[in-house]
Amino acid sequence: MPSNAAPNAKPVLTVKNLAVEFPVHKSVVHAVRGVSFTLSRGETLCLVGESGSGKSVTARAILQLVASPGRITAGEILLDTGSGELDIVKLGALGRGIREVRGRRIAMIFQEPMSSLSPVHTIGHQIVETILLHEKISKEEARKRAAALLDRVRIPNPEAALDRYSFEFSGGMRQRAMIAMALSCNPEILIADEPTTALDVTTQAEILSLLRELQRDRGMAVLFITHDMGVVAQIADRVMVMFKGEMVEQADVFDLFERPQQPYTKALLGSVLKLETPAPRPPRPAEESPIAEISDLSLHFPLNVGMLGKPAAYLKAIDGVSLTINKGETVGVVGESGSGKTTLGRTLLRIYTPTGGQVNYWRGDGVEVDIARLSKREMKSLYSEVRMVFQDPHSSLNPRMTVYQIISEPLRTNTAMSEREMRDRVAELLMRVGLPADGGERYPHAFSGGQRQRISIARAIALRPRLIIADEPTSALDVSLRHQVLDLMRGLQDEYGLSYLFISHDISVIRYFCDRVAVMKNGKIVEIGDVQQICERPEHPYTQTLIRAVPRPDPRLRLSAPA
Amino acid sequence: MLLYILKRIAGMVPAMVAISILAFTVIQLPPGDYVSTYAAQIAQSGETVDSAVLNSLRERYGLGENVVVQYFKWIGGIVTRGDFGDSFEWNQPVTELIWGRMGMTALISVLTLILMWAFSLPIGIYSAVRQYSVTDYVATAFAFLAMATPNFLLAIVLLYASTMWFGVSVGGLFSPAFENAPLSLAKIWDFVTHAWIPIFVLGTAGTASLIRVMRANLLDELHKPYVEAARSKGMPEGRLILTYPVRVALNPFISTVGWVLPALISGELVVSTVLNLPTAGPLLLQALKSQDMYLAGAFILLSGGLVLIGTLVSDILLAISDPRIRLS
Repeated sequence: MPSNAAPNAKPVLTVKNLAVEFPVHKSVVHAVRGVSFTLSRGETLCLVGESGSGKSVTARAILQLVASPGRITAGEILLDTGSGELDIVKLGALGRGIREVRGRRIAMIFQEPMSSLSPVHTIGHQIVETILLHEKISKEEARKRAAALLDRVRIPNPEAALDRYSFEFSGGMRQRAMIAMALSCNPEILIADEPTTALDVTTQAEILSLLRELQRDRGMAVLFITHDMGVVAQIADRVMVMFKGEMVEQADVFDLFERPQQPYTKALLGSVLKLETPAPRPPRPAEESPIAEISDLSLHFPLNVGMLGKPAAYLKAIDGVSLTINKGETVGVVGESGSGKTTLGRTLLRIYTPTGGQVNYWRGDGVEVDIARLSKREMKSLYSEVRMVFQDPHSSLNPRMTVYQIISEPLRTNTAMSEREMRDRVAELLMRVGLPADGGERYPHAFSGGQRQRISIARAIALRPRLIIADEPTSALDVSLRHQVLDLMRGLQDEYGLSYLFISHDISVIRYFCDRVAVMKNGKIVEIGDVQQICERPEHPYTQTLIRAVPRPDPRLRLSAPA
Repeated sequence: MLLYILKRIAGMVPAMVAISILAFTVIQLPPGDYVSTYAAQIAQSGETVDSAVLNSLRERYGLGENVVVQYFKWIGGIVTRGDFGDSFEWNQPVTELIWGRMGMTALISVLTLILMWAFSLPIGIYSAVRQYSVTDYVATAFAFLAMATPNFLLAIVLLYASTMWFGVSVGGLFSPAFENAPLSLAKIWDFVTHAWIPIFVLGTAGTASLIRVMRANLLDELHKPYVEAARSKGMPEGRLILTYPVRVALNPFISTVGWVLPALISGELVVSTVLNLPTAGPLLLQALKSQDMYLAGAFILLSGGLVLIGTLVSDILLAISDPRIRLS
């Protein structure tokens, strides 16, 4: 923390003019170009940038972990060992020299706590192994230290936890175990590569506060890689902004947020701050007319079905949910992983058949139907009115189909349009979502993530639907693209009179985009209300915790670390 | 763990029942029943048939009764007395004919399987770790060639080569001198000198595909985050690869027993016929040709059982190697 970092402390790590290149086919991708920075004891330096900025590659270069065929082509990475400087670049990726740095002097934690621990070795085995790699102590002593570390990262029952496997832990617990492993040999530097990105926001808050606390206790230097300006504001002392492999700006965290110097930094902060305030939207009409009304909906999955087919218990994925979506309205559903929000969206399309309750839907022709009870055939006719947009624009588009085939597919199956009419319609749709009209002949891989999500949206609106269920449509996108996609969706809403059910874990996009919001936890809606009220005056304790845990992109609103 | 094994064994029971029904269907397929075929054959050879004997046979197998009753008499005899019925072609109880041959089949199959693993595992690992190296290309070329070569062709070529060029007779599993000799070191050595040909023939294609399986599995694992995390701890590269990705990549490899074993047993039929081996295959073929149905049924039942046992072994090995299977 700023107060803890000794001024003018001798840097423990000095990176000078680092360059990393990836030969691809016959060209070379310059992933990192002439990046220089220093890191001092007790200091947190945040490396921030969007995807492809080279921040992760920079972090990996420090431990010589750049994946082949990438390699460090220039620069120095000087580590102060206390008895002189060691150039990590000269150590190479194999051999004893670099192995003594890895884990011993510089440790690293990774983004995916789900897959960063071996699934077939116990937590204890992996920590003890790390200790024994670097220190000549007995297995018993190493085990004792591992237990103490697990206790330190607040894993309950540390002795027993040593003998458990990573898949027996939740995501947050796995990341705690990973941190314990990284700290097992008292490294001077901890590199954290998006360590909280895959975690729920309340878990993220816990992990960030744990990291802060450990850093304060040990005087470690932390290099923290993130794309989230909110997290930066929460934990950084200094910030380095990267863009396309180059350093854009390096500054004290307060200076960066309050007086950004470079246009890119300003634009980045602008996109973040734009999401901090709700987008202007017309007032709701006094008389609402519903398009869908969910009442007392439940979906229970049987668990542990025994020999006689009698389930021992039920997983209540949706447990008595009631929610109304009005015409032209955007209703947000927010919740952490496992809250049932995605399942709720899918149940509306009958991807799952609910076990109880009703989903009344008013069709375009004015007829009211209960989606929960429709037959497969009747449901089919609804697919032209109710469409879905998925989270991952990389896997929700078939890579073997051209964009034209992808967008025209719903037209082909639901209308009698001729090939010529479909061509015209697809060109029109592409233009409407801000893509070139002649993009139809190309394949999805030719488009970036943001463009692919636009293709998904074009596919969803091809049939002029009335209700779109959008499941985390912006979560896989960089922050500068998020509000663009949301603005596009808003424009389409005004044009077509669409209603959205907008599912997200991200409070800021919900606040930006939605009229009303429902907060879900364990399959139930704990609170529902106007988006302004939920975000600013949440009533339910869970909503309060959730809103408080969201890292605000303002270093002056920092949560204080627990004493 | 014990519970897991018990559950697996319980799960095998319906499969075994299904196999027995299938085997019984095969027995029932030829026109007429076993006893009338038997009587016709004896009559053909000019001998008189004692109708009392025929009646007792009918009684024993429940012939003339409902098919379900016949099935239960047949399976009941197997389960309670180990009685698989009689082979009318050999005029002997099936059990006397079958055990030695089935044992040989099992021995050859298991030996082949072990050798397949012993070769394909290291080659597959090397191929994956040094992807696109010369060794990887050589292994790949060998693998495709070996997979594409039919077993019988390989057997004939080997027979030809060893007889014509080396003057060694390699048919059978033992030299005539050792055929009926008691077990001794010399006999085992004699077996080894004979058995390598069928093992080689049977195992080549399987080894080749297992190399590919291991290579693909390991390539999937090599770039997983947990490997990078382990590397960031400072582990030496060789130890790292063997401890982490190979350990995880072994799973699909172990479960290959499930399909390798049936492939071996059916492949064994062709190879053994070509090489004239005293295993179950040629006898089954002969039994099918001469409609010796109780013998054929017994072979089908036992081969099916062998496959089930192989699957059980692979399931148990999987549970030992992967806690995710053991604990959930």
